[in-house]
Amino acid sequence: MAQKILADHSGKEFVEEGEIVNASVDIVLGNDITMPLAIEEFKKIGAGKVFDNTKVVMVPDHFTPNKDIKSAEQCKILRNFAGEHNIINYFEIGEMGIEHALLPEKGLVLSGNLVIGADSHTCTYGALGAASTGVGSTDVAVAMVTGKLWFMVPSTLKFIYSGNPGNWITGKDLILYTIGLIGVDGALYKSMEFSGPAVEGLSMDSRFAMANMAIEAGGKFGIFEVDKKTEEYMRSKGKTDYKIFKSDADASYEKVYEIDCADIELQVAAPHLPSNARNAKDLGDIKLDQAVIGSCTNGRMEDLEMAAEILKGKKVKKSMRTIIIPATQKIYLEAMKKGLLEIFINSGCVVSTPTCGPCLGGHMGVLAKGERAIATTNRNFVGRMGHPKSEVYLSGPAVAAASAIAGRIVVPGEVI
Amino acid sequence: MIIKDKVIKYGNNVDTDVIIPARYLNTIDEAELASHCFEDLDGDFKEKVKERKIIVGGENFGCGSSREHAPLSIKASGIKAIIAKSFARIFYRNSINTGLPLLVSVEASDSIKDTDEVEIDLGNGEIKDITTGKTFKVPPLPDFIQKVISSGGYMKFTREELAKSK
Repeated sequence: MAQKILADHSGKEFVEEGEIVNASVDIVLGNDITMPLAIEEFKKIGAGKVFDNTKVVMVPDHFTPNKDIKSAEQCKILRNFAGEHNIINYFEIGEMGIEHALLPEKGLVLSGNLVIGADSHTCTYGALGAASTGVGSTDVAVAMVTGKLWFMVPSTLKFIYSGNPGNWITGKDLILYTIGLIGVDGALYKSMEFSGPAVEGLSMDSRFAMANMAIEAGGKFGIFEVDKKTEEYMRSKGKTDYKIFKSDADASYEKVYEIDCADIELQVAAPHLPSNARNAKDLGDIKLDQAVIGSCTNGRMEDLEMAAEILKGKKVKKSMRTIIIPATQKIYLEAMKKGLLEIFINSGCVVSTPTCGPCLGGHMGVLAKGERAIATTNRNFVGRMGHPKSEVYLSGPAVAAASAIAGRIVVPGEVI
Repeated sequence: MIIKDKVIKYGNNVDTDVIIPARYLNTIDEAELASHCFEDLDGDFKEKVKERKIIVGGENFGCGSSREHAPLSIKASGIKAIIAKSFARIFYRNSINTGLPLLVSVEASDSIKDTDEVEIDLGNGEIKDITTGKTFKVPPLPDFIQKVISSGGYMKFTREELAKSK
Protein backbone atom coordinates (compact mmCIF):
# COMPACT_ATOMS: atom_id res chain seq x y z
CA MET A 1 0.00 0.00 0.00
CA ALA A 2 2.70 2.47 1.05
CA GLN A 3 4.61 1.42 -2.07
CA LYS A 4 1.62 2.37 -4.26
CA ILE A 5 1.27 5.75 -2.55
CA LEU A 6 4.98 6.46 -3.09
CA ALA A 7 4.65 5.48 -6.78
CA ASP A 8 1.56 7.68 -7.15
CA HIS A 9 3.40 10.66 -5.66
CA SER A 10 6.53 10.24 -7.75
CA GLY A 11 4.73 9.95 -11.09
CA LYS A 12 5.55 6.28 -11.57
CA GLU A 13 3.51 3.19 -12.35
CA PHE A 14 5.50 1.11 -9.95
CA VAL A 15 8.37 1.52 -7.51
CA GLU A 16 10.64 -1.19 -6.21
CA GLU A 17 11.81 -1.90 -2.69
CA GLY A 18 15.10 -0.19 -2.00
CA GLU A 19 14.59 2.33 -4.83
CA ILE A 20 15.10 5.99 -3.93
CA VAL A 21 12.32 8.25 -5.21
CA ASN A 22 11.81 11.99 -5.09
CA ALA A 23 8.12 12.25 -4.24
CA SER A 24 5.65 15.12 -3.89
CA VAL A 25 4.23 15.48 -0.41
CA ASP A 26 0.69 16.53 0.53
CA ILE A 27 1.45 17.88 3.99
CA VAL A 28 4.65 19.15 5.62
CA LEU A 29 4.30 19.35 9.41
CA GLY A 30 6.41 20.76 12.21
CA ASN A 31 6.11 21.76 15.87
CA ASP A 32 7.66 24.19 18.33
CA ILE A 33 10.72 21.98 18.85
CA THR A 34 11.54 20.97 15.29
CA MET A 35 10.20 23.91 13.28
CA PRO A 36 12.61 26.62 14.53
CA LEU A 37 15.51 24.52 13.23
CA ALA A 38 13.64 23.91 9.95
CA ILE A 39 12.96 27.63 9.56
CA GLU A 40 16.67 28.37 10.05
CA GLU A 41 17.56 25.84 7.31
CA PHE A 42 14.71 27.16 5.12
CA LYS A 43 16.27 30.61 5.27
CA LYS A 44 19.70 29.22 4.36
CA ILE A 45 18.29 27.57 1.22
CA GLY A 46 17.30 31.07 0.21
CA ALA A 47 14.12 30.27 -1.75
CA GLY A 48 12.17 33.04 -0.09
CA LYS A 49 8.75 31.40 -0.04
CA VAL A 50 7.05 28.13 0.81
CA PHE A 51 5.89 25.86 -2.04
CA ASP A 52 2.25 25.98 -0.90
CA ASN A 53 0.98 27.93 2.10
CA THR A 54 -1.96 25.53 2.57
CA LYS A 55 0.23 22.44 2.80
CA VAL A 56 2.65 23.56 5.47
CA VAL A 57 1.21 22.86 8.92
CA MET A 58 2.60 24.25 12.17
CA VAL A 59 1.45 23.18 15.61
CA PRO A 60 3.15 24.54 18.71
CA ASP A 61 2.22 21.66 21.04
CA HIS A 62 5.30 20.35 22.84
CA PHE A 63 6.30 23.02 25.36
CA THR A 64 3.06 24.99 25.12
CA PRO A 65 1.43 26.93 26.65
CA ASN A 66 4.98 28.29 26.76
CA LYS A 67 6.74 26.65 29.68
CA ASP A 68 9.65 29.07 29.93
CA ILE A 69 11.24 32.03 28.19
CA LYS A 70 13.29 29.94 25.78
CA SER A 71 10.20 27.98 24.71
CA ALA A 72 8.32 31.23 24.27
CA GLU A 73 11.09 32.40 21.93
CA GLN A 74 10.87 29.16 19.92
CA CYS A 75 7.11 29.54 19.53
CA LYS A 76 7.58 33.15 18.49
CA ILE A 77 9.78 31.97 15.60
CA LEU A 78 6.87 29.79 14.35
CA ARG A 79 4.28 32.51 14.86
CA ASN A 80 6.33 35.11 13.00
CA PHE A 81 7.10 32.72 10.13
CA ALA A 82 3.43 31.71 9.88
CA GLY A 83 2.44 35.37 9.68
CA GLU A 84 5.11 36.25 7.16
CA HIS A 85 4.30 33.31 4.84
CA ASN A 86 0.54 33.32 5.40
CA ILE A 87 0.55 29.73 6.71
CA ILE A 88 -3.19 28.96 6.88
CA ASN A 89 -2.72 25.90 9.07
CA TYR A 90 -0.85 27.45 11.95
CA PHE A 91 -2.71 26.55 15.13
CA GLU A 92 -2.34 28.93 18.05
CA ILE A 93 -3.14 28.18 21.69
CA GLY A 94 -6.92 28.02 21.96
CA GLU A 95 -7.40 26.21 18.70
CA MET A 96 -4.43 23.87 18.79
CA GLY A 97 -4.18 20.31 20.00
CA ILE A 98 -1.53 17.64 20.00
CA GLU A 99 -0.55 17.62 16.34
CA HIS A 100 -1.30 13.97 15.53
CA ALA A 101 -4.77 14.17 17.04
CA LEU A 102 -5.41 17.59 15.53
CA LEU A 103 -4.58 17.02 11.85
CA PRO A 104 -7.02 14.11 11.29
CA GLU A 105 -9.69 15.94 13.31
CA LYS A 106 -9.34 18.97 11.02
CA GLY A 107 -9.54 16.74 7.94
CA LEU A 108 -6.03 17.83 6.91
CA VAL A 109 -4.85 14.29 6.21
CA LEU A 110 -6.76 11.89 3.98
CA SER A 111 -6.24 8.37 2.74
CA GLY A 112 -3.78 8.09 -0.12
CA ASN A 113 -1.84 11.15 1.06
CA LEU A 114 1.92 11.25 1.45
CA VAL A 115 2.70 13.18 4.62
CA ILE A 116 5.95 14.10 6.31
CA GLY A 117 6.40 15.71 9.69
CA ALA A 118 9.33 16.70 11.83
CA ASP A 119 7.98 14.57 14.62
CA SER A 120 8.56 10.84 14.83
CA HIS A 121 4.90 10.08 15.56
CA THR A 122 3.79 11.45 12.19
CA CYS A 123 3.23 7.79 11.32
CA THR A 124 -0.13 8.14 13.19
CA TYR A 125 -1.98 9.07 9.97
CA GLY A 126 -1.42 5.56 8.65
CA ALA A 127 -4.70 4.86 10.45
CA LEU A 128 -6.37 6.81 7.62
CA GLY A 129 -4.61 4.82 4.91
CA ALA A 130 -2.04 7.57 4.33
CA ALA A 131 1.69 7.00 3.93
CA SER A 132 3.04 9.30 6.59
CA THR A 133 6.34 9.34 8.37
CA GLY A 134 8.60 11.29 10.66
CA VAL A 135 11.62 13.12 9.27
CA GLY A 136 14.05 15.76 10.51
CA SER A 137 14.05 19.52 10.42
CA THR A 138 16.28 19.78 7.34
CA ASP A 139 13.92 17.43 5.48
CA VAL A 140 11.03 19.69 6.42
CA ALA A 141 12.98 22.78 5.33
CA VAL A 142 13.67 21.26 1.91
CA ALA A 143 10.08 20.07 1.51
CA MET A 144 8.77 23.52 2.49
CA VAL A 145 10.76 24.91 -0.44
CA THR A 146 10.31 22.20 -3.08
CA GLY A 147 7.18 20.28 -2.01
CA LYS A 148 9.23 17.15 -2.50
CA LEU A 149 11.39 14.78 -0.49
CA TRP A 150 13.58 11.74 -1.07
CA PHE A 151 12.28 8.40 0.18
CA MET A 152 13.70 4.92 0.06
CA VAL A 153 10.89 2.51 -0.82
CA PRO A 154 10.53 0.18 2.19
CA SER A 155 9.71 -3.52 2.32
CA THR A 156 6.54 -4.47 4.19
CA LEU A 157 5.68 -6.52 7.25
CA LYS A 158 2.05 -7.63 7.39
CA PHE A 159 0.24 -8.10 10.69
CA ILE A 160 -3.01 -10.04 10.57
CA TYR A 161 -5.14 -9.64 13.71
CA SER A 162 -7.96 -12.11 14.30
CA GLY A 163 -10.12 -13.15 17.25
CA ASN A 164 -12.11 -11.07 19.69
CA PRO A 165 -10.21 -8.69 21.96
CA GLY A 166 -11.18 -9.03 25.63
CA ASN A 167 -12.65 -6.44 27.99
CA TRP A 168 -10.85 -3.09 28.18
CA ILE A 169 -8.43 -4.08 25.41
CA THR A 170 -7.75 -1.27 22.94
CA GLY A 171 -5.39 -0.67 20.05
CA LYS A 172 -2.72 0.28 22.59
CA ASP A 173 -2.64 -3.27 23.96
CA LEU A 174 -2.45 -4.70 20.46
CA ILE A 175 0.45 -2.47 19.47
CA LEU A 176 2.40 -2.94 22.74
CA TYR A 177 1.96 -6.70 22.31
CA THR A 178 3.14 -6.43 18.69
CA ILE A 179 6.21 -4.35 19.57
CA GLY A 180 6.97 -6.86 22.32
CA LEU A 181 6.82 -9.56 19.69
CA ILE A 182 9.12 -7.98 17.11
CA GLY A 183 11.30 -5.65 19.22
CA VAL A 184 12.15 -1.94 19.02
CA ASP A 185 13.96 -2.48 15.73
CA GLY A 186 11.71 -5.26 14.43
CA ALA A 187 10.34 -3.01 11.68
CA LEU A 188 13.44 -0.86 11.11
CA TYR A 189 13.15 0.95 7.72
CA LYS A 190 10.01 -1.10 6.96
CA SER A 191 6.33 -0.43 6.46
CA MET A 192 3.99 -2.14 8.93
CA GLU A 193 0.64 -3.07 7.43
CA PHE A 194 -2.13 -3.72 9.97
CA SER A 195 -4.96 -5.93 8.76
CA GLY A 196 -7.25 -8.85 9.57
CA PRO A 197 -10.80 -9.36 10.80
CA ALA A 198 -10.13 -7.95 14.29
CA VAL A 199 -9.00 -4.63 12.78
CA GLU A 200 -12.47 -4.05 11.34
CA GLY A 201 -13.83 -4.01 14.87
CA LEU A 202 -11.32 -1.45 16.09
CA SER A 203 -12.40 2.16 16.50
CA MET A 204 -10.55 4.88 14.58
CA ASP A 205 -9.12 6.04 17.92
CA SER A 206 -7.61 2.60 18.51
CA ARG A 207 -6.24 2.52 14.97
CA PHE A 208 -4.59 5.93 15.49
CA ALA A 209 -2.96 4.59 18.66
CA MET A 210 -1.57 1.59 16.79
CA ALA A 211 -0.26 3.48 13.76
CA ASN A 212 1.19 6.07 16.16
CA MET A 213 3.53 3.52 17.73
CA ALA A 214 4.84 1.94 14.51
CA ILE A 215 7.93 4.09 15.07
CA GLU A 216 8.53 2.36 18.41
CA ALA A 217 9.28 -0.77 16.39
CA GLY A 218 11.48 1.32 14.08
CA GLY A 219 8.80 1.41 11.36
CA LYS A 220 8.71 3.96 8.56
CA PHE A 221 4.97 3.63 8.00
CA GLY A 222 2.21 1.98 10.04
CA ILE A 223 -0.70 1.72 7.67
CA PHE A 224 -4.27 0.40 7.69
CA GLU A 225 -6.48 -0.40 4.72
CA VAL A 226 -9.33 2.02 4.24
CA ASP A 227 -12.70 0.52 5.23
CA LYS A 228 -16.18 1.86 5.96
CA LYS A 229 -15.09 3.31 9.29
CA THR A 230 -12.21 5.21 7.70
CA GLU A 231 -14.48 6.62 5.00
CA GLU A 232 -17.12 7.61 7.56
CA TYR A 233 -14.42 9.33 9.60
CA MET A 234 -13.15 11.35 6.62
CA ARG A 235 -16.68 12.21 5.47
CA SER A 236 -17.50 13.39 9.00
CA LYS A 237 -14.75 15.98 8.44
CA GLY A 238 -16.48 17.06 5.24
CA LYS A 239 -13.94 15.39 2.98
CA THR A 240 -14.77 13.29 -0.05
CA ASP A 241 -11.77 13.90 -2.32
CA TYR A 242 -9.62 11.06 -1.05
CA LYS A 243 -7.85 8.25 -2.90
CA ILE A 244 -7.95 4.67 -1.75
CA PHE A 245 -5.04 2.31 -2.34
CA LYS A 246 -5.36 -1.38 -1.58
CA SER A 247 -2.69 -4.03 -1.33
CA ASP A 248 -2.68 -6.48 -4.22
CA ALA A 249 -3.82 -10.00 -3.40
CA ASP A 250 -0.39 -11.23 -4.51
CA ALA A 251 1.58 -8.43 -2.83
CA SER A 252 4.91 -9.62 -1.50
CA TYR A 253 5.63 -9.24 2.20
CA GLU A 254 8.95 -9.63 3.92
CA LYS A 255 7.14 -11.40 6.74
CA VAL A 256 3.56 -12.07 7.80
CA TYR A 257 2.60 -12.22 11.48
CA GLU A 258 -0.70 -13.78 12.56
CA ILE A 259 -1.90 -12.56 15.92
CA ASP A 260 -4.97 -13.85 17.78
CA CYS A 261 -6.39 -10.96 19.80
CA ALA A 262 -8.14 -13.40 22.13
CA ASP A 263 -4.65 -14.23 23.45
CA ILE A 264 -3.80 -10.61 24.22
CA GLU A 265 -4.21 -9.48 27.82
CA LEU A 266 -4.00 -5.88 29.03
CA GLN A 267 -0.40 -4.85 28.31
CA VAL A 268 2.18 -2.76 30.10
CA ALA A 269 5.65 -1.95 28.74
CA ALA A 270 8.16 -1.86 31.57
CA PRO A 271 11.15 0.54 31.59
CA HIS A 272 13.15 1.38 29.57
CA LEU A 273 11.97 0.14 26.17
CA PRO A 274 8.48 0.08 24.59
CA SER A 275 9.23 -3.53 23.63
CA ASN A 276 9.32 -4.67 27.29
CA ALA A 277 5.64 -5.61 27.02
CA ARG A 278 4.17 -7.75 29.80
CA ASN A 279 0.71 -8.81 30.91
CA ALA A 280 -0.38 -6.08 33.33
CA LYS A 281 -1.74 -8.62 35.80
CA ASP A 282 1.61 -10.40 36.05
CA LEU A 283 3.72 -7.39 36.95
CA GLY A 284 3.63 -7.78 40.72
CA ASP A 285 3.63 -4.92 43.19
CA ILE A 286 4.78 -1.88 41.21
CA LYS A 287 4.05 1.21 43.31
CA LEU A 288 3.39 4.48 41.52
CA ASP A 289 3.68 8.23 42.09
CA GLN A 290 1.92 9.50 38.97
CA ALA A 291 -0.48 8.54 36.20
CA VAL A 292 -0.71 10.35 32.87
CA ILE A 293 -3.63 9.79 30.52
CA GLY A 294 -3.14 11.70 27.29
CA SER A 295 -0.62 12.19 24.42
CA CYS A 296 -0.74 11.71 20.66
CA THR A 297 -1.14 7.99 21.37
CA ASN A 298 -4.03 7.96 23.86
CA GLY A 299 -5.58 11.38 24.44
CA ARG A 300 -8.67 10.76 22.31
CA MET A 301 -12.35 10.31 23.26
CA GLU A 302 -12.20 6.51 23.49
CA ASP A 303 -9.33 6.84 25.97
CA LEU A 304 -11.02 9.48 28.11
CA GLU A 305 -14.34 7.61 28.11
CA MET A 306 -12.65 4.41 29.21
CA ALA A 307 -10.72 6.20 31.97
CA ALA A 308 -13.93 7.92 33.15
CA GLU A 309 -15.81 4.64 33.24
CA ILE A 310 -13.25 3.31 35.71
CA LEU A 311 -12.76 6.49 37.73
CA LYS A 312 -16.46 7.35 38.08
CA GLY A 313 -17.44 7.64 41.73
CA LYS A 314 -13.95 6.67 42.92
CA LYS A 315 -10.94 8.57 44.21
CA VAL A 316 -7.41 8.23 42.97
CA LYS A 317 -5.02 7.15 45.72
CA LYS A 318 -3.96 10.05 47.90
CA SER A 319 -0.29 9.78 46.91
CA MET A 320 -1.03 9.65 43.16
CA ARG A 321 -0.77 12.68 40.93
CA THR A 322 -3.17 11.86 38.11
CA ILE A 323 -2.96 14.07 35.05
CA ILE A 324 -5.50 13.88 32.26
CA ILE A 325 -4.74 15.65 28.99
CA PRO A 326 -7.42 15.72 26.28
CA ALA A 327 -5.47 15.79 23.02
CA THR A 328 -7.36 18.63 21.32
CA GLN A 329 -9.70 21.49 22.21
CA LYS A 330 -12.53 19.65 20.45
CA ILE A 331 -11.95 16.52 22.54
CA TYR A 332 -11.69 18.70 25.66
CA LEU A 333 -15.06 20.30 24.88
CA GLU A 334 -16.72 17.00 24.10
CA ALA A 335 -15.37 15.51 27.34
CA MET A 336 -16.78 18.48 29.18
CA LYS A 337 -20.21 18.15 27.55
CA LYS A 338 -20.32 14.44 28.32
CA GLY A 339 -19.49 15.07 31.98
CA LEU A 340 -16.14 13.32 31.86
CA LEU A 341 -14.21 16.30 33.22
CA GLU A 342 -16.49 16.38 36.26
CA ILE A 343 -15.80 12.69 36.88
CA PHE A 344 -12.05 13.28 36.62
CA ILE A 345 -12.05 16.30 38.91
CA ASN A 346 -14.25 14.58 41.49
CA SER A 347 -11.81 11.65 41.42
CA GLY A 348 -8.92 13.93 42.30
CA CYS A 349 -7.34 14.17 38.83
CA VAL A 350 -6.08 17.34 37.21
CA VAL A 351 -7.26 18.08 33.68
CA SER A 352 -4.85 19.99 31.47
CA THR A 353 -5.12 21.97 28.28
CA PRO A 354 -3.80 20.00 25.26
CA THR A 355 -0.02 19.62 25.32
CA CYS A 356 2.65 16.96 24.77
CA GLY A 357 4.04 18.22 28.13
CA PRO A 358 4.91 15.31 30.41
CA CYS A 359 5.27 12.65 27.68
CA LEU A 360 8.73 13.96 26.87
CA GLY A 361 9.53 15.37 30.30
CA GLY A 362 8.82 18.90 29.16
CA HIS A 363 6.35 20.26 31.70
CA MET A 364 2.92 19.56 33.27
CA GLY A 365 4.05 16.50 35.23
CA VAL A 366 7.81 15.97 35.26
CA LEU A 367 9.13 13.18 37.52
CA ALA A 368 11.68 13.56 40.33
CA LYS A 369 14.56 11.18 41.04
CA GLY A 370 13.31 7.72 41.92
CA GLU A 371 9.68 8.42 40.98
CA ARG A 372 7.57 6.11 38.89
CA ALA A 373 4.67 6.77 36.52
CA ILE A 374 2.18 4.81 34.53
CA ALA A 375 1.38 6.62 31.29
CA THR A 376 -0.68 6.12 28.17
CA THR A 377 2.16 7.78 26.26
CA ASN A 378 4.51 6.10 23.80
CA ARG A 379 8.07 6.03 25.17
CA ASN A 380 9.65 4.87 28.41
CA PHE A 381 13.31 5.56 27.64
CA VAL A 382 15.70 6.63 30.42
CA GLY A 383 14.77 10.14 31.55
CA ARG A 384 11.83 10.39 29.17
CA MET A 385 9.41 11.93 31.71
CA GLY A 386 11.96 13.69 33.86
CA HIS A 387 14.89 12.66 36.04
CA PRO A 388 17.17 10.03 34.46
CA LYS A 389 16.52 7.91 37.56
CA SER A 390 12.73 8.01 37.18
CA GLU A 391 10.69 5.27 35.50
CA VAL A 392 7.77 5.15 33.05
CA TYR A 393 5.48 2.18 32.49
CA LEU A 394 3.39 2.39 29.31
CA SER A 395 -0.19 1.16 29.15
CA GLY A 396 -3.60 1.81 27.69
CA PRO A 397 -6.19 4.03 29.41
CA ALA A 398 -7.91 1.26 31.40
CA VAL A 399 -4.78 0.09 33.24
CA ALA A 400 -3.63 3.69 33.79
CA ALA A 401 -6.98 4.72 35.32
CA ALA A 402 -7.25 1.60 37.49
CA SER A 403 -3.65 2.02 38.64
CA ALA A 404 -4.34 5.65 39.59
CA ILE A 405 -6.99 4.39 42.01
CA ALA A 406 -4.81 1.60 43.42
CA GLY A 407 -1.53 3.53 43.55
CA ARG A 408 0.18 0.55 41.97
CA ILE A 409 -0.13 -1.20 38.60
CA VAL A 410 -3.39 -3.15 38.49
CA VAL A 411 -5.99 -4.25 35.96
CA PRO A 412 -9.51 -2.72 36.16
CA GLY A 413 -10.97 -5.85 37.76
CA GLU A 414 -9.07 -5.08 40.96
CA VAL A 415 -10.73 -1.70 41.51
CA ILE A 416 -14.26 -2.05 40.15
CA MET B 1 38.01 11.55 3.42
CA ILE B 2 40.00 9.92 6.21
CA ILE B 3 38.92 10.14 9.85
CA LYS B 4 41.40 8.90 12.44
CA ASP B 5 40.58 8.99 16.15
CA LYS B 6 39.91 7.01 19.30
CA VAL B 7 36.62 5.33 20.15
CA ILE B 8 33.88 5.87 22.72
CA LYS B 9 31.78 2.70 22.80
CA TYR B 10 28.08 2.38 23.69
CA GLY B 11 25.50 -0.46 23.55
CA ASN B 12 22.25 -1.21 21.72
CA ASN B 13 19.23 1.10 21.31
CA VAL B 14 20.96 4.37 22.23
CA ASP B 15 17.87 6.58 21.98
CA THR B 16 17.49 10.26 21.16
CA ASP B 17 16.25 11.01 24.70
CA VAL B 18 19.63 10.03 26.14
CA ILE B 19 21.55 11.66 23.27
CA ILE B 20 19.88 15.00 23.99
CA PRO B 21 17.13 15.01 26.66
CA ALA B 22 13.94 16.82 25.64
CA ARG B 23 14.27 19.22 28.57
CA TYR B 24 17.06 20.94 26.61
CA LEU B 25 15.12 21.21 23.34
CA ASN B 26 13.97 24.74 24.07
CA THR B 27 16.96 25.98 22.09
CA ILE B 28 18.59 25.40 18.72
CA ASP B 29 21.98 26.73 19.82
CA GLU B 30 24.45 24.00 18.85
CA ALA B 31 27.02 24.72 21.56
CA GLU B 32 24.34 24.65 24.24
CA LEU B 33 22.91 21.40 22.87
CA ALA B 34 26.42 19.90 22.80
CA SER B 35 26.94 20.78 26.46
CA HIS B 36 24.14 18.33 27.38
CA CYS B 37 24.93 15.61 24.84
CA PHE B 38 24.71 12.06 26.29
CA GLU B 39 24.16 13.59 29.74
CA ASP B 40 21.66 10.92 30.86
CA LEU B 41 23.65 7.99 29.42
CA ASP B 42 27.24 8.81 30.24
CA GLY B 43 28.18 11.56 32.70
CA ASP B 44 31.80 11.33 31.51
CA PHE B 45 31.06 11.95 27.83
CA LYS B 46 32.26 15.55 27.95
CA GLU B 47 35.65 14.43 29.26
CA LYS B 48 35.89 11.44 26.90
CA VAL B 49 35.11 13.44 23.78
CA LYS B 50 38.14 15.67 24.33
CA GLU B 51 40.39 12.72 23.46
CA ARG B 52 38.08 10.42 21.47
CA LYS B 53 35.96 11.50 18.52
CA ILE B 54 34.48 8.33 17.01
CA ILE B 55 31.43 6.63 18.55
CA VAL B 56 30.83 2.89 18.12
CA GLY B 57 27.30 1.78 18.96
CA GLY B 58 25.28 -1.43 18.70
CA GLU B 59 21.89 -2.01 17.11
CA ASN B 60 19.23 0.64 16.38
CA PHE B 61 21.43 3.62 17.24
CA GLY B 62 19.44 6.87 17.50
CA CYS B 63 16.01 5.32 17.98
CA GLY B 64 13.09 7.44 19.15
CA SER B 65 12.37 11.04 18.34
CA SER B 66 12.85 12.88 15.06
CA ARG B 67 14.83 15.65 16.77
CA GLU B 68 17.63 16.74 14.47
CA HIS B 69 19.10 18.21 17.65
CA ALA B 70 20.45 14.68 18.30
CA PRO B 71 23.00 14.45 15.43
CA LEU B 72 23.59 18.21 15.73
CA SER B 73 24.56 17.94 19.40
CA ILE B 74 26.82 14.95 18.66
CA LYS B 75 28.50 16.78 15.79
CA ALA B 76 28.88 19.99 17.79
CA SER B 77 30.49 17.96 20.61
CA GLY B 78 33.31 17.19 18.17
CA ILE B 79 32.36 13.64 17.17
CA LYS B 80 33.52 12.97 13.59
CA ALA B 81 31.71 9.70 12.77
CA ILE B 82 29.52 6.95 14.23
CA ILE B 83 29.87 3.23 13.51
CA ALA B 84 26.97 0.94 14.52
CA LYS B 85 25.31 -2.37 13.68
CA SER B 86 22.22 -0.48 12.56
CA PHE B 87 20.78 3.01 12.81
CA ALA B 88 17.21 4.14 13.43
CA ARG B 89 15.69 5.51 10.25
CA ILE B 90 15.08 9.16 11.13
CA PHE B 91 18.44 9.51 12.92
CA TYR B 92 20.10 8.11 9.80
CA ARG B 93 18.36 10.67 7.54
CA ASN B 94 19.12 13.49 9.93
CA SER B 95 22.79 12.58 10.10
CA ILE B 96 23.13 12.44 6.31
CA ASN B 97 21.21 15.68 6.01
CA THR B 98 23.43 17.46 8.52
CA GLY B 99 26.70 15.93 7.31
CA LEU B 100 27.56 13.57 10.17
CA PRO B 101 29.10 10.41 8.63
CA LEU B 102 27.52 7.08 9.71
CA LEU B 103 28.91 3.63 8.95
CA VAL B 104 26.98 0.38 9.30
CA SER B 105 29.09 -2.65 10.20
CA VAL B 106 28.07 -5.48 12.51
CA GLU B 107 31.61 -6.90 12.50
CA ALA B 108 33.29 -3.59 13.31
CA SER B 109 30.77 -2.88 16.08
CA ASP B 110 31.41 -6.31 17.61
CA SER B 111 35.17 -6.16 17.30
CA ILE B 112 36.17 -2.57 18.11
CA LYS B 113 36.70 -1.92 21.82
CA ASP B 114 36.31 1.24 23.87
CA THR B 115 39.42 3.50 23.54
CA ASP B 116 40.72 1.65 20.40
CA GLU B 117 42.21 3.88 17.73
CA VAL B 118 40.34 3.63 14.45
CA GLU B 119 40.88 4.95 10.92
CA ILE B 120 37.86 5.38 8.65
CA ASP B 121 38.23 5.78 4.89
CA LEU B 122 34.82 7.13 3.84
CA GLY B 123 35.60 7.13 0.11
CA ASN B 124 36.64 3.46 0.01
CA GLY B 125 34.18 2.31 2.68
CA GLU B 126 36.82 0.91 4.99
CA ILE B 127 37.20 0.88 8.77
CA LYS B 128 40.61 -0.05 10.21
CA ASP B 129 41.10 -0.74 13.90
CA ILE B 130 44.70 0.44 14.33
CA THR B 131 44.88 -1.00 17.86
CA THR B 132 44.13 -4.55 16.69
CA GLY B 133 45.08 -4.27 13.03
CA LYS B 134 41.69 -5.56 11.85
CA THR B 135 40.01 -4.11 8.77
CA PHE B 136 36.28 -4.00 7.96
CA LYS B 137 34.57 -3.24 4.63
CA VAL B 138 31.42 -1.13 4.58
CA PRO B 139 28.91 -1.36 1.70
CA PRO B 140 28.84 1.80 -0.45
CA LEU B 141 25.96 4.24 0.00
CA PRO B 142 23.40 4.77 -2.82
CA ASP B 143 24.54 7.36 -5.40
CA PHE B 144 21.92 9.89 -4.39
CA ILE B 145 22.97 9.82 -0.74
CA GLN B 146 26.65 10.14 -1.70
CA LYS B 147 25.75 13.27 -3.69
CA VAL B 148 23.96 14.75 -0.67
CA ILE B 149 26.96 14.02 1.56
CA SER B 150 29.47 15.43 -0.91
CA SER B 151 27.41 18.64 -1.13
CA GLY B 152 27.78 18.96 2.66
CA GLY B 153 24.22 18.05 3.58
CA TYR B 154 20.68 18.18 2.21
CA MET B 155 20.20 21.91 2.64
CA LYS B 156 23.34 22.71 0.61
CA PHE B 157 22.46 20.01 -1.94
CA THR B 158 19.01 21.56 -2.43
CA ARG B 159 20.48 25.04 -2.74
CA GLU B 160 22.81 23.77 -5.50
CA GLU B 161 19.98 21.95 -7.30
CA LEU B 162 17.78 25.05 -7.20
CA ALA B 163 20.62 27.19 -8.55
CA LYS B 164 21.14 24.71 -11.42
CA SER B 165 17.46 24.79 -12.38
CA LYS B 166 17.43 28.59 -12.62
